[in-house]
Amino acid sequence: MRLSYPASIRIIKMPCTGRVDTIHILEAFQSGADGVCLVGCLEGDCHFIAGNIRAGKRVRYARVLLDEAGIGGNRLEMYNLSASDGRKFAQFMREMTEKIIGLGPNPIKTVRRLAPDALRGGLH
Amino acid sequence: MIVADRKPFDEIMKMIAPYERILLLGCNECVTVCAVGGTKETALLASQIRMKRQMEGRAADVGERTLERQCDPEYANTLAGALDDYDAVLSLACGCGVQFISESYPGVPVLPAVNTRFMGVTVEAGVWAERCQGCGNCVLDRTCGICPVARCAKSIMNGPCGGSHGGACEVNDDIPCAWQLIIDRLKAKGGLQAYSDIEKARDWSTSRDGGPRKRIREDMAL
Repeated sequence: MRLSYPASIRIIKMPCTGRVDTIHILEAFQSGADGVCLVGCLEGDCHFIAGNIRAGKRVRYARVLLDEAGIGGNRLEMYNLSASDGRKFAQFMREMTEKIIGLGPNPIKTVRRLAPDALRGGLH
Repeated sequence: MIVADRKPFDEIMKMIAPYERILLLGCNECVTVCAVGGTKETALLASQIRMKRQMEGRAADVGERTLERQCDPEYANTLAGALDDYDAVLSLACGCGVQFISESYPGVPVLPAVNTRFMGVTVEAGVWAERCQGCGNCVLDRTCGICPVARCAKSIMNGPCGGSHGGACEVNDDIPCAWQLIIDRLKAKGGLQAYSDIEKARDWSTSRDGGPRKRIREDMAL
């Protein structure tokens, strides 16, 4: 298909979106990610029955936690698609990138640039 | 188990505002089961605090630790020395845990990250409901295993009251009338004649009316 998607996307492979815990999402933002999206199988097509449904619930919960922390829950997204649908994957990645560009960088990074000495022990 | 809710994040941030180095202290017992103060929830809250602090341009010196039980000297004592590195402890345990850590380490501010709600059960995944008020004088043998003290809004011992309608409590339609549940169960087991037994006026001194309670077993003293 020779499709391309934005080079800013970093893919982390997981055995199933159901394996993604809320803390994994928060730590991605804590480490400076501007946006995070979970890409799972279509609902009803999970090899582990309900992994993607559970991931969707965790995404909704993580959005609340990110809003509370001031990062913004709208930087987190979940997409469902078939593993063979490369065209849709590229489209989703472009959509996600445009959305995050519109939101700007992770606010942690902005502050980090302004006052690097004030921070210690924050990332691990 | 003791069931709790996490406090609003803004309230927590306001509480810890004067302190730079904070230890988040989880508890492996009840608050782990009701998903509010175990190792996982401690990590989530720690991550949120780190991010918020970084955005405020402040130091994000947040430690994490979970004790097997915060309400027990055997485990509370394991913190000795470890608290020297912190200005405050933010405990995710119930009110018992917070108080016990505070009693054990009076020199360190111990702050509550959760609001302790009730003694209850897991109805289903993600749903917990109150079942006991620790009244100190159990009547479950006479009420078919349904507690009128904890589950009736008025804690009446000879119910139902006039607020019972369609099996629900007048306080809220989502609350089943405890006395309707008791009568239904008596009927189901063919024991409705027991309903005519009048429960005498109750002595509430075994409950909170008698002040803070204590239990002593001298044979267990070391």
